[in-house]
Amino acid sequence: MTDSPAAAQPVVEMEHVDKFFGDLHVLNDINLTVRAGEVVVVIGPSGSGKSTLCRTINRLEGINSGTIKVAGEVLPEEGRELARLRSRVGMVFQSFNLFAHKTVLENVTLGPVKVKKSGTEDAKKRGMELLERVGVANQAAKYPAQLSGGQQQRVAIARALAMDPMVMLFDEPTSALDPEMVNEVLDVMVGLAQRGMTMIVVTHEMGFARKAADRVVFMSDGQIVEEADPESFFTRPQSTRARDFLSKILTH
Amino acid sequence: MERLMQMLSDYNVLAAFWTTIQLTVYGAIGALVLGTIVAVMRVSPVAVFSRAAALWTNVILYTPLTLIAFFFAFGVLIKMNIRLLPEPPATLLDQHFAMGVVAIAVYHSSLVAEALRSGINTVPLGQAEAARALGLGFGQSLREVILPQAFRGAIAPLGSTLIALCKNTTVVATISVTEAAALMKSMIEFYSDLIVPIFVIMVTGFVILTLPLGMFFTWWSKRAAVLR
Repeated sequence: MTDSPAAAQPVVEMEHVDKFFGDLHVLNDINLTVRAGEVVVVIGPSGSGKSTLCRTINRLEGINSGTIKVAGEVLPEEGRELARLRSRVGMVFQSFNLFAHKTVLENVTLGPVKVKKSGTEDAKKRGMELLERVGVANQAAKYPAQLSGGQQQRVAIARALAMDPMVMLFDEPTSALDPEMVNEVLDVMVGLAQRGMTMIVVTHEMGFARKAADRVVFMSDGQIVEEADPESFFTRPQSTRARDFLSKILTH
Repeated sequence: MERLMQMLSDYNVLAAFWTTIQLTVYGAIGALVLGTIVAVMRVSPVAVFSRAAALWTNVILYTPLTLIAFFFAFGVLIKMNIRLLPEPPATLLDQHFAMGVVAIAVYHSSLVAEALRSGINTVPLGQAEAARALGLGFGQSLREVILPQAFRGAIAPLGSTLIALCKNTTVVATISVTEAAALMKSMIEFYSDLIVPIFVIMVTGFVILTLPLGMFFTWWSKRAAVLR
């Protein structure tokens, strides 16, 4: 968390973004600005469009209207320019998506070597540092399928960090994990937040939101219904839909 | 027994099978290269490429190899007089051999493309998304992430294709290439009393070629399988 996120440069700007899947209005006039160093947690019921929102930011999903800017630049069309921009936006998926035929270390060095054209030795050194940081350096020579889910997801975080991203997108990073592995991944994410990484996190982990988020964005039916700091959102939600949602998940 | 020895000294069985092996090796390399290009075009986001590749695959897949061999030998070589090898040193028989290789490569490229496409379909969509999210372009994603996994998933069907290709080389006997089947035909013509031994010899030859291939590909596909 930086001292004054409001004064920092905007990293992601979404203006009047609309997206349809057929007749379904999955993103409905989304306006969202995320500034450097900010940690924004997106929560909401299933099907509220929060994952789609996350995936439009590096254009894994296209949009129908509106504009999305990353570092002040409108997302380009599919092609070399978009690839260059994606290389600066880290993404962590719900299902890890580690490259199954490459070792853990190769997963982490592929992007730097092939996209950033770093030297192989430099990339390996940096890769090992990152694996060390997420606590899986001792698994570097193994293949993804030999690791637990929590370990795989930490490798996926290291893989994204290896590109020195200006923002990290997390699309439900703990939803596919066994309960006992959730915390090891959240700990890494809290660590990142404390180091000042700009993060957009789609999650159901309210504990993480309270601990690390600067702002909580609540989505329902493709709209941003409410935006607030975590404390106010969890204790005094303004909208009925947010109250309804929180009452369902916080009672247990 | 004497007749058999006589026949074997008249006909060079090993040389004929050597031609079969050469047809198989060159044809397989050609089919793999051509088939990979077709498969990549098939999955490319450019509609013209993917449609052209689908058309190629479907037309070739449903055309008999014999027709393709005739097309290249009598159409391209004899009528259009297009020669693939510099002449001399190449003879007309060599030109037939080259056209035989082309016909085999073209025909089996459709099978290779289908095997690879089925391999590509075994690679989860998330792998491509992760590659794109890292900033890899279409070509890089294919080279580094999709195709290496697709090839592993396609080893077994590619193995079956190679075995079929080896057996299908006998079709080019019809365009004057003296491989094993052509030799068998003339042996039967002049040693019809030895028809059973001739058959046994030729079958044994093909089994020696294809059986180890089949065993190797089964072993290899298990070994290379991508753990998920």
